[in-house]
Amino acid sequence: MSYRYIGEIATADIAFEATGESLEEVFIAAAEALTNVMIDEPDKIERKEKVEVRLENADAEMLLFDFLGELVYYKDARRLFLRVDEIRITKEDSGYGLSAVLSGEAPDPEKHQLGADVKAVTLHMFALEQTDNGWKATVVLDI
Amino acid sequence: MTRPSALKKLTRSLWELPATYKPGMLVPARIYGTEKLIGEMDDGVFDQVSNVACLPGIVEHALCMPDGHWGYGFPIGGVAAMDPEHGVISPGGIGFDINCGMRLVRTNLTYDEVRPKIKELVDAMFFRIPSGVGSTGLLRLSHNEFRDMTEEGSKWCLKKGYAWKEDIELTEEHGCFKGAKASKVSTRAIERGFDQIGSLGSGNHYCEIQVARPENVFDAQKAAAFGFTLPNQVAIMFHCGSRGFGHQIATDYLQLFLKVMEKKYGLKVLDRELACAPFNSTEGQDYFSAMKCAANMAFVNRQMILHMLRDVFSKVFGRSAEDLGMSMVYDVTHNTAKLERHLIKGKTRELLVHRKGATRAFGPGMEGLPERYKETGQPVIIGGSMETGSYLLAGLSTGADAFYTTAHGSGRTMSRHQAKKMYRGSKLLHDMEERGIYVRTVTCGGLAEEAGAAYKEIDEVVEATELAGLSSRVLKLTPVGNIKG
Repeated sequence: MSYRYIGEIATADIAFEATGESLEEVFIAAAEALTNVMIDEPDKIERKEKVEVRLENADAEMLLFDFLGELVYYKDARRLFLRVDEIRITKEDSGYGLSAVLSGEAPDPEKHQLGADVKAVTLHMFALEQTDNGWKATVVLDI
Repeated sequence: MTRPSALKKLTRSLWELPATYKPGMLVPARIYGTEKLIGEMDDGVFDQVSNVACLPGIVEHALCMPDGHWGYGFPIGGVAAMDPEHGVISPGGIGFDINCGMRLVRTNLTYDEVRPKIKELVDAMFFRIPSGVGSTGLLRLSHNEFRDMTEEGSKWCLKKGYAWKEDIELTEEHGCFKGAKASKVSTRAIERGFDQIGSLGSGNHYCEIQVARPENVFDAQKAAAFGFTLPNQVAIMFHCGSRGFGHQIATDYLQLFLKVMEKKYGLKVLDRELACAPFNSTEGQDYFSAMKCAANMAFVNRQMILHMLRDVFSKVFGRSAEDLGMSMVYDVTHNTAKLERHLIKGKTRELLVHRKGATRAFGPGMEGLPERYKETGQPVIIGGSMETGSYLLAGLSTGADAFYTTAHGSGRTMSRHQAKKMYRGSKLLHDMEERGIYVRTVTCGGLAEEAGAAYKEIDEVVEATELAGLSSRVLKLTPVGNIKG
């Protein structure tokens, strides 16, 4: 499970590639990559507040889009930088279901080295693909 | 960067990809720029502007301004006018940060008067104007009050005592996109933005103190009409948009359009970020009404920042904002779609003009301009990088081919990732101070991403717009103090 930022595909914004052996792992890696854009050391986020997220989507790729959108939503609506505590993704006939517990705290310039605000997750080159080693996500964030 | 072999040079600053360039193109794609700018343009621009040329209902040509670069769906700098009867509306042609825009405010202070207080001023601005990721504004509105505000725009500020009467006249659309309907906005969007009014945000959003040096005044007559009459006169320019509110509206409708576009309307596009709906459909009209709410919130956001700036200057100089002559020059929008009347092949037609990272630039005498700018044409505010300076231009009557549109900034050439690898924020901060630009920021990393070298040469961009007859130089503004989110 890892992520890396890529410079070539988003002139004004930030793109990253996240990988994981399972769907859960790639979702966690993508969430960490997104949070790491807004704060330099995500490890400094204290897990003070908990949030539960439940999502469904016919498509695994769009489920990731929705999941990352939740992190962007909570950043503004509840002023929370969140990290993933637990995540479970299930495949059913109708599509994919996700249930996750996230926790974190509000941005604090005294404690956190802040980065750029993520305005939105875009669909520009957005992809979730199965690879020989598991899964790979490509994401471009609007900054 | 390879320019497509089909790209034809029409004039010194206008290039065209013919409608045969890509299957599905309904009109040619035109790109404004000098030889140098076109040479430096990323490949994405050519691909994206030609995708835009495939959108149903597009009229005349898809356009990209000289500061254009890779965006989502539309390139940044993309412009498309649609037939409202048969055409589409696309959030990808407007952008996530709806009505991200620029406001320019002048003072009657000269740099000699401001220089001794520059640190005090910038520190006070930094303290007063919330900036950076997660920042919230000072206003605490209920969701219902917020909804009312999004329908009223800047007039809401006038009512509450946060605006001068003249501010309204000096804001594009008089600070209100008429027909905004808060009922078309999701609760999630309101939750994301209701407490962010009067906050700068981050990325390329900033508030800057600038000087109009005498050698940088190119058109003294228009400069005077725009309120610049003193040598080394000080002005304040800022750039921000509709914050989380607008971002969520764009995201909501992008998802909705993806669901209905093909299934309900049989529309196919070359890129998911070009998701669209017929303008004359329920979904299209709902988005148009919701987008207007975000545009109005952005006007209010900038108005509240102006209110705080007037207070900061007033406290630092011990004089009232009126006495300091802190009048607005103008407020321009970048990311919008508007119904406008344009002359097409000898006939006046109403068109839905999408502008994404592009500025409306009405020429002299055009309807919609404040009375005081009827002779000069519309003031156009071009924000440059924090190191190199910005421009005040004027719209021209020769801009009809571009639906009276011009550039919006200098446009990036280097990715944020690359800029962060090349520059250290703390060193940049120090170097800029040595050069007389005092900066305060919540993020040194973010500052490095905004280094001057990450942007195109603004002089070249402005020259390209002038050569193309889109806008003309009035004056250049040099930065001396800056706060960055």
